[in-house]
Amino acid sequence: MASIELKNIAHQYPSAAAEPGPYALSALNELWQDGGAYALLGPSGCGKTTLLNIISGLLQPSEGRVLFDGIDVTDLSPEQRNIAQVFQFPVVYDTLSVSENLAFPLKNRGMARDKISERVAEILAMLGLSDRANEKAHSLTADDKQKISLGRGLVRTDVKAILFDEPLTVIDPHLKWQLRTELKKIHQQFRHTMIYVTHDQTEALTFADKVIVMYGGSVVQIGTPEELFETPAHTFVGQFIGSPGMNVLKASVDGAVALVDELQVPLPDNYRKIDSGVELGIRPEYISFSQKQGIQAETVSIDDVGKHVIVRCKLGQQIVSVIVPEGQSVPDKPRLIFAQEKINIYQNSVLVRPADQ
Amino acid sequence: MLELRSVSSRVEGDIFVDDVSLSLDRGSINILLGPTLAGKTSLMRLMAGLDKPDSGEILFDGESIVGVPVQKRNLAMVYQQFINYPNLTVFENIASPLRVAKLGSDEIKKRVGEASELLALSPFLNRNPSELSGGQQQRVALARAIVKRADLVLLDEPLANLDYKLREELRSELPSLFAELGAILVYATTEPGEALVLGGYTACLHQGSVQQFGPTLDVFKNPVALQSAKIFSDPPLNITKFESSEGICIISGEERELSFLRAKLPNGSYSLGVRPHHLYLTPTGSDDLVFKGDVSVTELSGSESFIHFDFQGQPWVALIHGIQNFKEAESVEFYVRSKNAFVFNADGIAVDIKL
Repeated sequence: MASIELKNIAHQYPSAAAEPGPYALSALNELWQDGGAYALLGPSGCGKTTLLNIISGLLQPSEGRVLFDGIDVTDLSPEQRNIAQVFQFPVVYDTLSVSENLAFPLKNRGMARDKISERVAEILAMLGLSDRANEKAHSLTADDKQKISLGRGLVRTDVKAILFDEPLTVIDPHLKWQLRTELKKIHQQFRHTMIYVTHDQTEALTFADKVIVMYGGSVVQIGTPEELFETPAHTFVGQFIGSPGMNVLKASVDGAVALVDELQVPLPDNYRKIDSGVELGIRPEYISFSQKQGIQAETVSIDDVGKHVIVRCKLGQQIVSVIVPEGQSVPDKPRLIFAQEKINIYQNSVLVRPADQ
Repeated sequence: MLELRSVSSRVEGDIFVDDVSLSLDRGSINILLGPTLAGKTSLMRLMAGLDKPDSGEILFDGESIVGVPVQKRNLAMVYQQFINYPNLTVFENIASPLRVAKLGSDEIKKRVGEASELLALSPFLNRNPSELSGGQQQRVALARAIVKRADLVLLDEPLANLDYKLREELRSELPSLFAELGAILVYATTEPGEALVLGGYTACLHQGSVQQFGPTLDVFKNPVALQSAKIFSDPPLNITKFESSEGICIISGEERELSFLRAKLPNGSYSLGVRPHHLYLTPTGSDDLVFKGDVSVTELSGSESFIHFDFQGQPWVALIHGIQNFKEAESVEFYVRSKNAFVFNADGIAVDIKL
């Protein structure tokens, strides 16, 4: 396994016009640790797959260098880079059996026969496919085929990194849980360098030690799942992560008080006075109802989604979402309490640190 | 009203739809929930009249639709793949069913205008579908279903190919979009969370048969069968088998006096099911059920922790609020309010424990 370093990586796709196209990926400098689990998270068109393809060697960046363990691999093909890849749709040899499919990458590398059977048996057991080892792949369901694709990505222990491009997107929810936890266990056990591209926040957050959130060709934040949840660096991150995402309310700030539509919200710290482009971010999980104190609001809608209830309230002229635990009653005119320590302040969508920090 | 009466369908001997009876009202949203191959698409094809059932009747407003050509029925289908005419503009794509129906150009303009307004497509009417994002392309397909003012709208995992956040957005808009039209909306999905957000009515499908049909929240909270509880749980339902003998329950070899079962179950084998969000790390009351196990892996989502553990050889998972990082092989103890446990008999039928 290897560390992966991106030096001034940027990419523009070629364009028919004389002018080069817009940057699909803008200047990136990153060092990803050997043995880390990283997720690239963002909506369609954010540049996450472009970045993955630059790391795998499927795409030559128009600028910058890619280094594995300090060695420049920018001009090397995917084969020469010695990586394993798993894609969104299953890639299996229909005429081969399940175990032959898994053995394929090992045979290609000239591994000894007994070693191959040993390793294939391990992977079969891990994926729960041991009793189907000799079945031809064409008879399998789409889910099982994708299991084999995953297994093929994991079978070699000598790769520099394993890259996953939305590997669970087409998988049924229940199997998704199973495969995701398997991947997590495998990572904890073998510490492969893993890079995982997804648009699904739950997948990204639960899989990765560090999540790279991308938007419009740029990295907007890199952090642990907890950091992304507690202190989003950008309102985009706050809204993209969480269901529903963070409430972002127009406000003004002076000292330790924010004004939201003339309503006072106490803040955990002192901020310098800012008037323009200010927003207050608070997650629906961190708002609660109170009888006596808090900001007067009005209930607009109540959606029971099973494990909890999502209440939308009108606060001044703005709407806030509140997550209420199962079984708790919802008043028509609740008073809202914002957990003070959980409030973040933004100016022009970017996180503002308190004055004394 | 769309009525299915004991409808079955087989393909080369395999049962795809097994004795399904459902009645769906106008203006209602109806979710077909189940994993891949549960029969969702087969059932929709029968409702559309694309396939004929081997037995049973399908009635629309009291009249049989079996054998009536699809073209003669006013229905719309939207699939997982975005299907649009690539060489037509967005406007013409949305207008296409109205052109077929030979409506006047003023009426077409009016209806396309309304539908594109509803789906936020107005700025793109002169573009080609390929110039739109995936979410916008699927909106075009939805707009085509809306302008048609179909009596029956069948949506087969329409959001499956979209980004997570886009899905969230469209999902919350969909019910109101179609509710106003008075159409019968049928929506197939593999995701329990999607059903819960859409609301309406849900049918849990397992191997071609309907396990349970009713108001979505009611089906979620009061499963009548083990299969429907399993289908409607995400993360998966935690299950353990137990034996009841003379009022004493034996869960995996350990004798327990389950006070909430005081009504005394008849002797026999049962399954106990607990949803992951009903497991707590601290006791909640005197009649809590306690489950001990060893942690296999912990997943953190930023605000919640999914603690996977082994309970007597079964993979269980607890959904706990906040960050709770347990190490592998660490021993954990979870508490469950007895009212939150489901009990199913050996045939998988729910036993009412709230006697």
